[in-house]
Amino acid sequence: MGTSFGRGGATSFQQDWQNSDCILIEGSNLAECHPVGFQWIMEAKARGATLIHVDPRYTRTSALADIHVPLRVGSDIAFLGGIINYVVEHEAYFEDYVRLFTNGPSLVSEDFKDTEDLGGIFSGLDEEQRSYDPLTWQYEGEEVGAASGQREQLYEERNEEEGGEKSSGHRPSVASSGRGESHGSGGAAAHPNAVRDETMQHPRCVFQIVKRHFARYTPEMVEQVCGVPRDLFVKVCQTLVDNSGRERTSAIAYAVGWTQHSVGVQYIRTAAILQLLLGNIGRPGGGIMAMRGHASIQGSTDIPTLYNLLPGYIPMPHAHQDDDLEAFLKGVSTDKGYWSDMKGYLVSLLKAWWGPAATEENDFCFDYLPKLTGSHSTYETVMAQLDGKCKGYFVVGENPAVGSANAKMQRLGMANLDWLVVRDFGLIESATWWKDGPEIESGELRTQDIATEVFFFPAAAHTEKNGSFTNTQRMLQWHHAAVEPAGDARSELWFYYHLGRVIREKLSGSTDEMDAPLLDLQWDYPTEGTVAEPSADAVLAEINGWDADGRPLASYEQLNADGSTVCGCWIYCGVFTDGTNQAARRKPAREQSSVAPEWGWAWPANRRIIYNRASADENGKPWSQRKAYVWWDEEQSKWVGHDVPDFDPSKSPWHRPPAGSRGAEALSGEDAFVMQADGKAWLYAPAGLTDGPLPTHYEPQDSPFENLLYDQQRNPVRQVFARRHNRYHPNPGTRGSEAFPYPITTYRLTEHHTAGGMSRWQPYLSELQPEMFCEVSPELAEERELVHRGWATIITARGVIEARVMVTERMAPLLVQGRLVHQIGLPYHWGTNGYSKGDSANELTAISLDPNSHIQEVKALSGDIRPGRRPRGSAANDLVEDYIRRAGITSDTGMEVRGDH
Amino acid sequence: MTTNPFAQLLEDADPATAAGWTDHPPRVGFFTDTSVCIGCKACEVACKEWNHVPEDGLRFTGMSYDNTIGLGADTWRHVAFIEQEKRIGRQVTGAATSDGDRGDDDDGHAVRWLMSSDVCKHCTHAACLDVCPTGALFRTEFGTVVVQEDICNGCGYCIPACPYGVIDQRRGDGRAWKCTLCYDRLGVGAEPACAKACPTNSIQFGVLDELRERADRRLAQLHDAGIGDARLYGRDPEDGVGGDGAFFLLLDEPEVYGLPPDPVVTTRDLPQMWRRTASAAVLLAGLVGASFLRRTR
Amino acid sequence: MVKSVCPYCAVGCGQNVFVKDERVVHIEGDPDSPVSRGRLCPKGSASLQLTTGETRRLEVLYRAPYASDWEVIDLDTAMDMVAERVLRTRREFWQWDVEGKRVRRTMGIASLGGATLDNEENYLMKKLYTALGAIQIENQARI
Repeated sequence: MGTSFGRGGATSFQQDWQNSDCILIEGSNLAECHPVGFQWIMEAKARGATLIHVDPRYTRTSALADIHVPLRVGSDIAFLGGIINYVVEHEAYFEDYVRLFTNGPSLVSEDFKDTEDLGGIFSGLDEEQRSYDPLTWQYEGEEVGAASGQREQLYEERNEEEGGEKSSGHRPSVASSGRGESHGSGGAAAHPNAVRDETMQHPRCVFQIVKRHFARYTPEMVEQVCGVPRDLFVKVCQTLVDNSGRERTSAIAYAVGWTQHSVGVQYIRTAAILQLLLGNIGRPGGGIMAMRGHASIQGSTDIPTLYNLLPGYIPMPHAHQDDDLEAFLKGVSTDKGYWSDMKGYLVSLLKAWWGPAATEENDFCFDYLPKLTGSHSTYETVMAQLDGKCKGYFVVGENPAVGSANAKMQRLGMANLDWLVVRDFGLIESATWWKDGPEIESGELRTQDIATEVFFFPAAAHTEKNGSFTNTQRMLQWHHAAVEPAGDARSELWFYYHLGRVIREKLSGSTDEMDAPLLDLQWDYPTEGTVAEPSADAVLAEINGWDADGRPLASYEQLNADGSTVCGCWIYCGVFTDGTNQAARRKPAREQSSVAPEWGWAWPANRRIIYNRASADENGKPWSQRKAYVWWDEEQSKWVGHDVPDFDPSKSPWHRPPAGSRGAEALSGEDAFVMQADGKAWLYAPAGLTDGPLPTHYEPQDSPFENLLYDQQRNPVRQVFARRHNRYHPNPGTRGSEAFPYPITTYRLTEHHTAGGMSRWQPYLSELQPEMFCEVSPELAEERELVHRGWATIITARGVIEARVMVTERMAPLLVQGRLVHQIGLPYHWGTNGYSKGDSANELTAISLDPNSHIQEVKALSGDIRPGRRPRGSAANDLVEDYIRRAGITSDTGMEVRGDH
Repeated sequence: MTTNPFAQLLEDADPATAAGWTDHPPRVGFFTDTSVCIGCKACEVACKEWNHVPEDGLRFTGMSYDNTIGLGADTWRHVAFIEQEKRIGRQVTGAATSDGDRGDDDDGHAVRWLMSSDVCKHCTHAACLDVCPTGALFRTEFGTVVVQEDICNGCGYCIPACPYGVIDQRRGDGRAWKCTLCYDRLGVGAEPACAKACPTNSIQFGVLDELRERADRRLAQLHDAGIGDARLYGRDPEDGVGGDGAFFLLLDEPEVYGLPPDPVVTTRDLPQMWRRTASAAVLLAGLVGASFLRRTR
Repeated sequence: MVKSVCPYCAVGCGQNVFVKDERVVHIEGDPDSPVSRGRLCPKGSASLQLTTGETRRLEVLYRAPYASDWEVIDLDTAMDMVAERVLRTRREFWQWDVEGKRVRRTMGIASLGGATLDNEENYLMKKLYTALGAIQIENQARI
């Protein structure tokens, strides 16, 4: 979403669903995974809205939907692309909106070649490096930096323009570039006078390119690829069209059902294109909601525990020759929009971390930042552990031995460490694999041979600490400590503060340059209570920042690049306005408007629907009274409405920036997407993505079906790892592929939470879903002699598990490419420990990643199923080896870059 | 007939008044609208957390997503899951497949998933209460039926008396347990834990008369939307138990949900049985209803 | 009664935490919340069991190399041991340059976690790890 709109967060808020006329839930099982958020969808239904659920399974969400569309796992781009084609072909798009607010009219370089021209790939593919050179994707005659995502993509070109030496002859491969889509808050370079054809007729304008690109996504093709009958598909298209436009709006909600694919970011891009064509972004009842599964998963990307980001989506610097602050900023910041002030954001962050040691003379300690040399995602880290290159590991409120793809490799990686620290409520599988993991059972590992030192630290619960979570709608909410943690349980705040304190004490007096960043670190937080808990309020105050006089800042617009301001995360600047914790605001809902601006605090600047300038037309008037949200008030000469305008409040809709303007000044009164390079939402992404400017249907890494749309089977630049325990399945139609005939998808249930650390230990939740099970159709049960309530064994080239059998009509066989396909459903919560135990679905999954996000493909794979329990001991591995042998799988299987079926 | 204590009860609309409460609050209850239930089971957990009801076994039943089986001493709210080859109103479900043997029609494969949170009915005429020899079971000022755990002696008479098979003895304890409609919460002006938690407001708590009006409106709305199967269960004060304090909007026959189709207070005809043997048939009907429920468990 | 937020998914339901004699005795939905209006799902409703249940561990455990079982160790000792190991591994895998380009980092230490943690906790983690020169810092958002 960052690449399409400029910021990676959900565009709207859950309560706003009640204003929707139609809601499409796809890639999400909202009623099951977000039951309390689902109340707002029920409100919409009560007001007459139509609910559509597109999902391989008939779930508790489907049960409440007006239309349920089962489709084949991994075929969503074909489905959504089909809707785009329908909207364009029937001229059902919101033309004024598209022309005003999107890059539809912008012309693209003559050098660009689409998948239509090159048989399923884009121009710029370097097969050897498994990566694209995105230069040919640019607009005509100019270079556009990405708002978010691959913001460093053009570093070399930009610094070369200035006469510098090109630092390397080759663009680094995707695997090593590590510059993926992140849920950013963007803003990038664009000339204010981009070449545009306002009629959108020019053959090289974005709109026409989009039209041609999706022309082959016909209802007939959707039927063949997705297994969705034409009539049902057209019904969905028409329902969305009927509920979009000036008077009506439709919303889309997704979750990890879209992200966890080898082409996951492009799933979301497809939805973004659709919502832009229908005019549903920035308007009440519209938008795209990313439904996140953890209390602060949005927060943990905003203030990232992610390798490629600094707080506020400032990229971590990559290693370049002669790198310094100016060269870094030239590579990543922009001329237009709010990213042009990145220097102020970064310098204020460096001041927050290194205080007086950060000076103008030393580039504000820019050199203290460690530099990246590629992707260092969690999966590369596992490879590094297996290779003995990474020997210490902190696992903090996470359970990779169950929850990460290829659970075996996760455990084998940990078995190769010097030391492991696990912090959790109880003894999760990631803490005890060395004594009772599946490899101990199978005899692959022996406890007495494992050298890893393991520390288990009990964690404090949310009731035992102060702090803020950022929820799925970008809203920070403060939770207050009710009691102190018992025993040795401590918060992460306590653990990291005191670990840092002890480390700094040990290094005290060191003159080693290596230790300077630690010794200069600003690490003096007040502590309180009997356990010396650091003050979370003090940390939030630093995140918010203060001016030269120590006064709390109210807005990131106050940040300076001269070192006079301090701010730990610029997008959170304002959360401590006037020294008051805005995240702790709790004005009851009944005492304020339905937008509820005085409950918690949302970034950016407490806006609840972002890009809301787009709720008004070119003259600043609401598109319709029914959908009025933010508008230009002539009398007051400012933007007003129900929310904080996501726009310069005094900039009129008719404002045109003078030539040569920079930064926010360069935005016109129509540039509603203020963080974007050109002020426009991107139907076509000229930069920012590693795998193409437009979404393209590719089959999952392991798929029993050929790609009917193109000769190219898979995403050519997906990340794959040829490792002994990470074998892929043969291409469909080739020898051995019949060994894994069934599509499989993984998911979670209402009654449990992800890898189970917060649910499998609770009797009240365990009794509701007590055992691992698989869901199969009656037809598949008959085909494979599976008995309801009996056991089934499921096998892939990575592993074998057993599960109780749930035969259900809710799993509908689909007619795909002329054959009836049966899909297998697997919840992934279970592991060997806890009150409720079972095999983990991630024993089956492979590590194959989206090249932008480095997220694993666990929503679509293939495998085999047979009746009965799995073999025990070493016989389990023998069974997997037997399948690998029968299927003829080698280290080359499934590794092709180009390649058809 | 004046010697029959039940006659007065049958004629009296308000059970709290009948039980001797004066100046009592209006009768309260639950309206469970199963048409908006998402089967999340928040009610089951919220009930257990508030009332300290123990976990009662980890069994994979294969009964769709229902692994708690039914109401009992340790399950005071229970969500039933029913999978059917039918559709709800005009819902469009599924994809038509070529084999045609799954009851496919023009709008694809018909499947629906009914979910319903069951609970003690807090009958207007409660047989459990009638048969309780210790007075542990009593009618509260709110018109609800509650067991007092410190008085119950575990005689178990109440268990076969219940036409719904709700009340049950706890293993290793012997005493009878069931939903109290969170009597302790009502006393401080709070709503019962299950209704408080329910994400979609499927479980609605309130003054019974108001709930009945609300339910009537909702039923009309569903009928207008083409959901002809929708019906109210336990709403009618003229039924065999004098109407339920906890009643339901169902989308199919009660039996589908494991509910007796025509429950009758098992003690209604006891005094007359000695004179009119024909009444035994009525009692039998009630017992059949109760045993039906246990068979499904 | 203390105002809180449900720790499970990202809907962000408000919670009221009831405390008696310095113990959490009950948790239920906060009716004031515009997001949740007092409601909770089964997981949110099980928050009391999550936070006060018997399966929570309250002591630090240590498994020595090749050992067959845990031993209980003192929190301060454990903190000191971890600090020692961080410094040792950091130095052992330290890199000033890679292929002639300055990197100033250690590749020996990695971290996974954060999506269930508070923003303030993630902030201190990122700050400390960056100062240590550790870059392989990841969380569930990637997974």
